[in-house]
Amino acid sequence: MGNKAVNDFTIRVATVNGSGSQSSNLVLTNAIFRLGVPVAPKNVFPSNIEGLPTWYDIRATARGYRCRTRTIDLLVALNTATWTQDVASVRTGGAIVHESSYPVSGLTQRDDITYYAVPFTELAKTHVKDGAMRKYLTNMIYVGVLAELLRIPESTIEAALGVQFKSKPKAAAANLEAVRVGSAYAREHLPPLENIAIEPMTGATDGLFFIDGNRAAALGCVMGGCTVSAWYPITPASSLCESFIALCEKYRVDPESGERKYAIVQAEDELAAVGMIIGAGWAGARAMTATSGPGISLMAEYVGYASFTEIPAVIFDVQRVGPSTGLPTRTMQGDLSFTYTLGHGDTKHPVLLPGSVEELYEDGMAALDLAERMQSPVFVLSDLDLGMNSWLTKPFAYPEKPFDRGKVLRAEDLSAQPDWGRYRDVDGDGIPYRTLPGTDHPAAGYFTRGTGHDEEAKYSENPDVWQRNLDRLARKHETARTLVPQPLVEETGSAIGILAYGSTHHAVVEARDLLREAGLETDYLRVRALPLAAEVATFIDRHETVYVVEQNRDGQLFGILRNELLPEQIARLRSLRHYNGVPIDASAIVDPVLESRRELAHAGGARS
Amino acid sequence: MTAAAQTLNIIGLAREVYKGSPTTLCAGCGHNSITNHLIKALYDYGVPPHRLAKMSGIGCSSKTPAYFVDQAHGFNGLHGRMPSAATGAKLANRELMVLGISGDGDTASIGLGQYCHMIRRNVDMTYIVENNGVYGLTKGQFSATADVGSTLKHGGTNTYTTIDVCGLAIELGATFVARSFSGDGKQLVPLLEAAFAHRGTAILDVISPCVTFNDHEGSTKSYAYVKEHDVLVNAPDFIPAGKEIVVDYEPGTVQEVELDDGSHLLLRKLDRDYDATDRLGALRTIHESRTRGELVTGLLFVSGDEPDLCERERMPARPLRDYAEGELRLDRATFAKIAGGA
Repeated sequence: MGNKAVNDFTIRVATVNGSGSQSSNLVLTNAIFRLGVPVAPKNVFPSNIEGLPTWYDIRATARGYRCRTRTIDLLVALNTATWTQDVASVRTGGAIVHESSYPVSGLTQRDDITYYAVPFTELAKTHVKDGAMRKYLTNMIYVGVLAELLRIPESTIEAALGVQFKSKPKAAAANLEAVRVGSAYAREHLPPLENIAIEPMTGATDGLFFIDGNRAAALGCVMGGCTVSAWYPITPASSLCESFIALCEKYRVDPESGERKYAIVQAEDELAAVGMIIGAGWAGARAMTATSGPGISLMAEYVGYASFTEIPAVIFDVQRVGPSTGLPTRTMQGDLSFTYTLGHGDTKHPVLLPGSVEELYEDGMAALDLAERMQSPVFVLSDLDLGMNSWLTKPFAYPEKPFDRGKVLRAEDLSAQPDWGRYRDVDGDGIPYRTLPGTDHPAAGYFTRGTGHDEEAKYSENPDVWQRNLDRLARKHETARTLVPQPLVEETGSAIGILAYGSTHHAVVEARDLLREAGLETDYLRVRALPLAAEVATFIDRHETVYVVEQNRDGQLFGILRNELLPEQIARLRSLRHYNGVPIDASAIVDPVLESRRELAHAGGARS
Repeated sequence: MTAAAQTLNIIGLAREVYKGSPTTLCAGCGHNSITNHLIKALYDYGVPPHRLAKMSGIGCSSKTPAYFVDQAHGFNGLHGRMPSAATGAKLANRELMVLGISGDGDTASIGLGQYCHMIRRNVDMTYIVENNGVYGLTKGQFSATADVGSTLKHGGTNTYTTIDVCGLAIELGATFVARSFSGDGKQLVPLLEAAFAHRGTAILDVISPCVTFNDHEGSTKSYAYVKEHDVLVNAPDFIPAGKEIVVDYEPGTVQEVELDDGSHLLLRKLDRDYDATDRLGALRTIHESRTRGELVTGLLFVSGDEPDLCERERMPARPLRDYAEGELRLDRATFAKIAGGA
């Protein structure tokens, strides 16, 4: 009946949203972490405030994997609406803790799993006197049941409750009582869990901490010197700006005067949000906005303008599932090709592709530098999985370098070169010099216009002038290739390569281990930005087959590669796509890669 | 006073400095008159060119920032989206004197949302609507400020309700709203100076006839129509800060408005009952005069009590763009508390 999973299992809590189960899930996650076991939580939630199904996966993983698992080991079933499908998601040898009133018959009756019936509603009614609190405390009862089944010490749960209810000791006490109701019931009525166990570990979680990607990005913006932000609420990006607000309110307000070293505006829509940060960037402040797909659609015209007029702006796109409203609370890498060329005409932008919360923090800072260096909009593509889930990570590094404010001429510079031209390529890298409004020099001013302009920023419809400017912008884009974060490569000389970006990384890590166990060694290149670094092409040259893995239907990176590479390089690529809205898991890579190896072997062309 | 000194303004600059590139608009366009009045107002007021940020959207009106104060930075942005860029520029550097030039299409149609929200936020800037009731660059379609019953040059009558950008602004809580006529420099120049002196969004709706597409009989934005139907509620006189008010007037005939920089606007009452600080009264007058087919001009409403966006956001006097890493980054101990490692 399945293998015993020690520190290597996934708990899925199936409940109804709005019932307050989040606190319970965070307490469980934190308790496992406190036992020294790396843990990866994933929240799969509905676009709704109350009453629809929601799932929370807690993956305990001794090897420190951070991706989702396709099947689960232990189910907590507290939603009758999804009871049948939830039972089906449990692996052979797994277990289910369920509300005892749920019927176990037909599809929900399996002989390869263990059922633990718990009368949650009854227990709550008997033990939780406060009717208003009953809904929330019922969820703490399952924490107690699991703590008993998994042998998590009560002191560990208590410590985790202390973190969760830091400022509310009374709530922590009430919740502990509910935990005890659950553990007492399990002790008296339930047989021990046989196939799933936690054993405390040492060394695997030392120094690690939890943070969600949106907060990590916001911290990058604080440390990167962003002072102006404008935004319009949208899932899953709202908490990025809200985190930025919270950090600024706490750390950037003068305690005596109450003055704020920042300005954040909740705009009327994304058109205005991006307009404000472009206005701020033009006037010399570091500015950012955060949005998701529909917001990017609205920002298209101003982003094209900023690209052509060469104004710095940082735009975080916390990607969700499209097209249209799509699945606003699910994840996708759907905006790669859209953001890369957002705008009409010949438009291209640098796009940073962080693969972890740590890189979101670093890319937040890097994007603010790059936008001013390149005088260009810079996108940072996160996604719902990275942005809204809590990730265990090593501490972030304190920035040691000063800000790169780019090529800005001050009044004293202008005295030395009063005949400067706003769009002249003085250095041969395509990046011109700019002045900021407010610079006290008669030569400082120029006219920023989205219309055709010459090197002096004067209006021009001259064909040669137009083409010369576009060629310079192309040169600037080439410069970006060398300035953006470069790919990370892990190479052992295999003929098989994997190419991925963003949050897909975590599934690739586990998939490569599984492939190795299956006898297939793979090399790996993770793209960290567009435009593509030169290294991408040479990596492909060194491999017979390169699997391009991404989370969208059409293979958007694959498409960009096909645009930029040579035919013989393109012939080596195989596109692997995952696009059902939940984060990619390792089997979504392992299965098709092995299948493809079999096919290639059959065709007689493969070496592995 | 020497002859040379007379040609310089209070900050020692010649009027020449306030000029720009030659206009590319049609001869006789009302917008060109507004540009000339602006040059005079900026010169008279003594605006330092480097502090001026000329912002505009798209349309004939939005081209005009190229035609004055060549030395200043200009931002010719997107159609209807100038207010957001102006807001951002002001947040980045609140020392800038932001001057937005828009048109009736740019403001009342494509840009209506940003116009409303700029007013709501009371962004400290002057916002001029060069209002001709017609789309010029696309050759003569109605705009949303066209009056009911007015006709197009090549046929067609507007049957839709007009959007009155002044009435709307006052309803939204605007703190400075004036209407004028491109042909009336005597009225417009002091209103412009008062707008520069006002802290908060100053709206100036300037009727500016389009000689090419909207100056015919049947238009309510033609030179002839405006001259005939212009009803002035007050005649403004701008008294710069520090200058003594020496005008003699009978009690009740002049309304004196103190502006945020210490200057004053004296409003000689042409309508004895009109009070420019009465929000509801202003709305009633605008509505009633429109019903009568009149065009009411003058300083329609002013209020100096509302904080502007930068004050509401409790921003420091120093421009945000000037802060360096040492002032913006968290210290190491605080950072470690948030980013692990503490």
